[in-house]
This record gives sequence, structure tokens and C-alpha cells, in this order.
Amino acid sequence: MKSFEAILKECEGLAFDLNFARAKKWKAEDKKRILVGYLPIYVPREIIHAANGLPVGIMGAGDRKQIIKGDAYYQSYICHLPRGIIEMALDKNLDDFDGFMFPAICDCVRNLSGMFKLSKKGKFQRYFDYPQNFDVLIGGTFYIQEMEKILEDMQAVNGVKVTPEAINKAIKLYNTNRRLIEEIYNIRQQYPWRLSAVETYHILRAGITIPVEEHNEMLEQVVEHIQRERGEPMDNIRVVVTGSFCEQPPIGLIKSIEMAGCYIVEDDFMLGSRQIQGDINDNSKNPLEALADAYIHQSTFTSCFYDVENPRGKRLVKLAKERNADGIIFSAASFCDPALLDRPQMQQECDAAGIPHINFQYHENTGQFKVIKEQAGTFSDSIKLWA
Amino acid sequence: MADPKEAIKEKSMVIQKDMLAKQFHDLSKAKELGKKVVYTFVPGNLTELILSFDMLPVYPEINALQSGMRKKSAAYIREAEKMGHSEDVCTYVKCDVGMMLNGNIGPTGEQLPKPDLLLLSYTGCFTFLKWFENLERLYPGVPVAMLHTPYQEDGKITKDQTDYMVKQLNEEVIPKMEKVTGKKFDPAKLSKLMENSAKAEDLLVKILESAKRKPSPIDAYFAGVYYIGPIFTAFRGTESAVEYYTELWSEVQERIKLGLGPVTPEGELKEEKYRLVMEGPPNWTNFREFWKIFYDMGAVIVASTYTKVGGVYDQGFRHDPKNPLESLSRYCMGVYTNLNLPQRVDLIEKYVKEYKADGFLINSIKSCNSFSAGQLMIMRQIEQRTGVPVGFIESDLVDPRYFSYANIKNRLESYFQMLEQRKIILKQEGVAV
Ligand code: SF4
Ligand code: SF4
Repeated sequence: MKSFEAILKECEGLAFDLNFARAKKWKAEDKKRILVGYLPIYVPREIIHAANGLPVGIMGAGDRKQIIKGDAYYQSYICHLPRGIIEMALDKNLDDFDGFMFPAICDCVRNLSGMFKLSKKGKFQRYFDYPQNFDVLIGGTFYIQEMEKILEDMQAVNGVKVTPEAINKAIKLYNTNRRLIEEIYNIRQQYPWRLSAVETYHILRAGITIPVEEHNEMLEQVVEHIQRERGEPMDNIRVVVTGSFCEQPPIGLIKSIEMAGCYIVEDDFMLGSRQIQGDINDNSKNPLEALADAYIHQSTFTSCFYDVENPRGKRLVKLAKERNADGIIFSAASFCDPALLDRPQMQQECDAAGIPHINFQYHENTGQFKVIKEQAGTFSDSIKLWA
Repeated sequence: MADPKEAIKEKSMVIQKDMLAKQFHDLSKAKELGKKVVYTFVPGNLTELILSFDMLPVYPEINALQSGMRKKSAAYIREAEKMGHSEDVCTYVKCDVGMMLNGNIGPTGEQLPKPDLLLLSYTGCFTFLKWFENLERLYPGVPVAMLHTPYQEDGKITKDQTDYMVKQLNEEVIPKMEKVTGKKFDPAKLSKLMENSAKAEDLLVKILESAKRKPSPIDAYFAGVYYIGPIFTAFRGTESAVEYYTELWSEVQERIKLGLGPVTPEGELKEEKYRLVMEGPPNWTNFREFWKIFYDMGAVIVASTYTKVGGVYDQGFRHDPKNPLESLSRYCMGVYTNLNLPQRVDLIEKYVKEYKADGFLINSIKSCNSFSAGQLMIMRQIEQRTGVPVGFIESDLVDPRYFSYANIKNRLESYFQMLEQRKIILKQEGVAV
């Protein structure tokens, strides 16, 4: 077994390798393999796996790449994520990718799909329209058709005709993946000091750049390691961080929150890997139906799904209570309409439930965290004072 | 002589003013008249279906733009920001929320009624979803009917997508309308309204395409949004909309006969110097000033994309009374903001060529990611494909903090100089301009 420190180091390297060397190496091992890049938040990675593909999450350039060309494509009042991704596309970081999926989360990602089409990046560029109708027979059918389009796209590239068995096998693997991730979050509930939020982040983000089988092995080892004592408990408050589901916060921001005396016991940083809650039926005759059912019935809340029947403010409060959190940090990317338009209502729900909260905005390449650290520190102190 | 501040008006403009006044008056009396009120959006609107249930539509975007024109939006936006909305987000939403918090007084000074139904036609803009989720919480208990319009991601409308929409209409939207109004859905009535729509659509296209002439008898952007387009949304399907467009078309024909240019708030445009295609919504807080920069320079907008958010009729779409629900679905999917980026570029290229434009201009709106994200790539593509000078200005819809008159004027003046230069060069080269 690898040492824990070695695993963590490897994850950190994988998480921020904007050239996706590991994924490209995987593809080079077999002619029929394909790489499919996807943007936040969620795509059913199972179908890509079943088509002999590797789904690779493209979470933006963060603070790891200087943006020069990307800025020429975007006005100052558009969030940072797409400009980093265009920069990566123009700099050839994404060469070797066979296709791209752009989930229906906002108009920026939607229009980015058109920019990829116009610049003919990859062999296919699919806007993946999540249904906003949650009736299995209406939205579910639509979702299946959306998945079928991707299957056709992939088949056109590598000729692989996907079988139900192959999808079921992939579902099983991703079920394991989801279960292990939840186990890590659960252990961290009780012993948050054993694995920091930054380390957790690296582990999850590494997972979207490598084959799921490898990630599962890694996760198993992590679980084993953190079942033993590691680090020291501190007098920290427990917080939920919400609103960072797309453009990722810089690591410095997550670190600052932790250093200011907050254990992040729940977050939506790598939401795509945790979007579906619980297992998906891996023994269905029609696994696309099983995936559609899971999308409809087992999705967690995000700003990108219509929520009138089941308001996300209430779901956030419920989550905070389940996680025994002392407070909530609303942390959204600047100019992120989905996250920011949700904020006032969600904050009202927190007020009604008596849960303290603060908020800040960031860019993925924000470099200064002094103010955020101070704010989080004051938040933590005030909660401790009144507890 | 007319008061210089008072805009000069054609007969059609007077009719429009009366129609809108009556509409807002009816809205203020909706409860007394026993009419149910539905709030919904302009792109992908289901006006005919709403009218077939005898409901009255309210379009929050139109309220917001009216608030902008009446200089009330700044205060409304501040109000929404006080309740926690970020400075970064779409100002239409904030203006609407602020207006609601201030008593929901409509543009004519009369109070708008509360909604009986929120019809979330989620077409071409993600913010719509957020907007109505916010409204739903401000009007607790009001039912929301969600209609998800799939995006034309592949540049075409497929049968699957149409089926998905028809199913939603049949199982989500219509049942909710029936419940709210206590009336049964009447397909024959809907078809009848759609017959009128198609007639008005024919007329609208003739009017818009009159701008292919030199000089153009209309301004297809400023006038397009000021008096050619607005009637279309709330009144489409009615006899009065057909009458209105018949009158407007006869006015336009008269202008063509006399060789006249477009009407501006200060009278006829005397000389058409530059013909432009415009992308992006206008600014409403300083609409007159903004327009004036153009007509003072003899610039006419001969085609615009913003006037197509309510439908791309000039590309052949007509409401089809024989297949009403399919047709409504196709209508929603076809509106400009639901087109993918390559389709948008193709359409603009076509406009530049067919309308013999001298230039292409983008008014990039801070609020609107649906329009703005990707516009700089659109601009490059149009420059490459058509060779006409391209220009870029920035403003906002209803937030006056983002309208800098001096900045925009400077930019436009240099742009017009560039157009002038090109004309001279083309003339020297013997190219007809
Ligand atoms: S950060 Fe927000 S606005 Fe930007 S691409 Fe992501 S969801 Fe869209
Ligand atoms: S983002 Fe644009 S299209 Fe959407 S509501 Fe705002 S102004 Fe309208």
C-alpha cells in the first residue's frame, strides 16, 4: 500500500494537471479508446465508460494558467471559467480529446459549446440539455434521448456499440465510487481533522481525470488511512460551503477558510461526482432508463435545476442540520448568475432556521485571501462566542 | 412647431399607445373583470394559448424596460440589492423584484395585479428559471407551470424535442391553465387565434424586410423595439394586432412611395449615410439619447437580432393553426436566443449581405449572458466572413450605472469614421456602395 502522503501528493498533481497527461496516456494505450471532456456540473459518466471512453472533467484553468487569449473572447462581466477553458483549448491543452460535453447549467456554458463548434475543437461538441421536467415519462424520456445523442457521437468516433451490460458494469463502478466518496465525507463528519478540506478536494478532483477503477482503488486506500487517527482536533466551528459548484474556488480560498477556524464538513465544490445520491440500479435491462431515473429522483439540489417543488433553500438547511453545521458560507464565483440569484432566498431560509451565514465572491484565479480569511475568522469567533 | 422634447408620432404609434394603455388598464381591473393573470416571458411566449383561456398576460421584462425608460429602474435595482441581490446579476430580474417590493405599479401608474399563474417558459435564457423561482417565493402559493424549451444545440429542431414540448404542454401547462381558469382547453379557439397570428406575422415580415430598400423606410432596431415589435408579443392572435400591422404596413408603403427614410423622435431621417446590422438588446434608461447618436450621424439599423427574440418570422416561421401545439413548440425553439452560436453567426452574415449593410455593431449588455457570452467570437466571425467593419459598445438594459454616454458616443464616432473611410476607399476602387 502506498503511503498516505504519496497518495495525497499524487492526487494534487493529477487534480491540477491542465494537460491531462494521465488521461492522454490512457488513451494512447489502445486505438479504440476515446477521451470525452465535460464541463461542470454533472454528466452520466457511465455511458462514456461503457463506450470505451474516459470522461475527463474540465473544471477550468483556476489560478494555474495565465489568461491572455481567453480575455479577448470575454467581456469583463462574464465569469472566469469559460475564458480559462478557451485559453486551454487555444493552447492545445485539450488536443487529443475526441469530444466535449457542455451540460445545461447556464448560458455561459451553453454558448461556450457554440464557441467550440465554431472553432471545430474535437470531433463532437455537445450541449447536454438536462430536462427541467421531472416526470419520468416526459423529462426522463428526453434525458434518455440526450444520452443517446452522446452515444451516437462516441460511436461515430470509435465504432463502439454500447451494450446494456457495458453500461451496467460502468454503473456498478461508479456506484462504488460514489459510495467511497460519501464514506470519506461521513468519516470527516466525525473526525474532520483527519483529512483537510483541501486534501479532500484534491482527492475528488483527481478522480475526474483518471479511470474510475484507479480512482476507486485510491479512495479505498484513503478510507483505510483515515479510519486511523491523523492530525489533531481543533476548536473549530463546522461549516457548509455552498455556491461553488461550477467555477472552482482557488485552493487558497479553501485553505483560508480552514485556517480561519472552520471545518468544512460539507461543500459543493466537486458536485458532479456527488450529484447522484445513493446507488443506481446496475442490473436493469434498460440502463439508460436507470440513469434517467437516478437523475430525476436521486439528484441533490443545485442552482441549475428547477426547484419549485422542492426548494433548495430548505434542502440546504436540512443538509446543514444533518451535518451538524454551525454555519453556512455562501461562496460563489463573481458574475455567476445561477449561484448569485439563488443567494437571497437561500439566506432567508437560513435566517428562518436560525443558521448563521456569511458570503463572499471569488474568481478562480483570485490571489488575495486576506479579507476572506478575516471574514471567516470573525464568523468563526462569533459563533464560538455565542455557542 | 412640436415641443422638441415630445417625440413625433405616426398614426400607428398613437394606436399602439392606446392599445397598451387599455391593456394596462384591463390589467389593473383584472380582478373586477374576473380575468385571470399569467406572468410569463417574451421569448417563447405562449400568447395565443394564454388568450385562448381568456387570461391576461403580464411580461415582467416589458415592465422592467418600461421602468428603465421612465427612469425608475435605478431605485428598483437598489431595492433588490438591499435585499441581498448581487451587483453582478441580470438587472431585469432586480428591476422586477424591486418594482414588486414597491407596490407593483405598472408603467401607466396603475397597480399590476398579482399573478394567478406563473408560466415559466424557459426559452433561450437560464436566468428565466432563477427569476421565476424568485417570484414564486415572493408570491407563495401561486402555481408555476414550467415549460422547458430544449436548446437548438445541433442547429435544428428535432422530432424528439417537439414531442417533449408537446407532452409538457399537454400534461403540465394546459392542465394548470385549466385549473386556474376553471375552463376547458379549446383547441378550435386556439387555432382561430393562430390564424390571426399568421396574418400579423406576414405583415410584420413585410415591414421588417422593407429595410432592404435604399433608403430604408424604417429603423429595424430602435423603431423595431419602440413601435414595430411591442404589440406583437401581448396582442399576437388578436384582430386588433392584425389591424395594427395593416395600418403600420400601409404607412411604410407610403414612405416607400415617397422615398422617405425612417421616422425618428425628431422627425424624418433626411439622409441615410450608414446601414448597420445590430446585435444585442438596447439600453433602455437612455434610449432616446442612444438612438439620437445614430440618427444624428445618419446611421440606420437595417436589421437586428434583438427584434427576433420574439420569433424569427423573417426566416419563414409562421404559427400553424392546423397543428397548434406542435407549432407553439417549434415557435419557442426557434426564437433567436434559442439558436446556437453558429446559427446566430449565419443569420447575422445573411443580414449583412441581404440588407447590404455597411457595418455590424454589437451592443453588449452587462446583464445578459444569454446574448453576451460568445459575442466577441461572433464579431470576429462576421468580420472574417463579410469584410464589413465591426464595432463593439457596452451598456446595460436598465441599470443606468452602466450607461456611459460619453464613452459610447466616442466609440461610435470613431466607428462611423471608420465606415466613412471604407466608403471612400470602396468608391475609389469603383465598388458600388
Ligand atoms: S461559474 Fe456560473 S456563470 Fe460561470 S459558467 Fe459556471 S455556472 Fe455559468
Ligand atoms: S439574462 Fe438576458 S435574456 Fe435573460 S432575463 Fe436577463 S436580460 Fe433577459
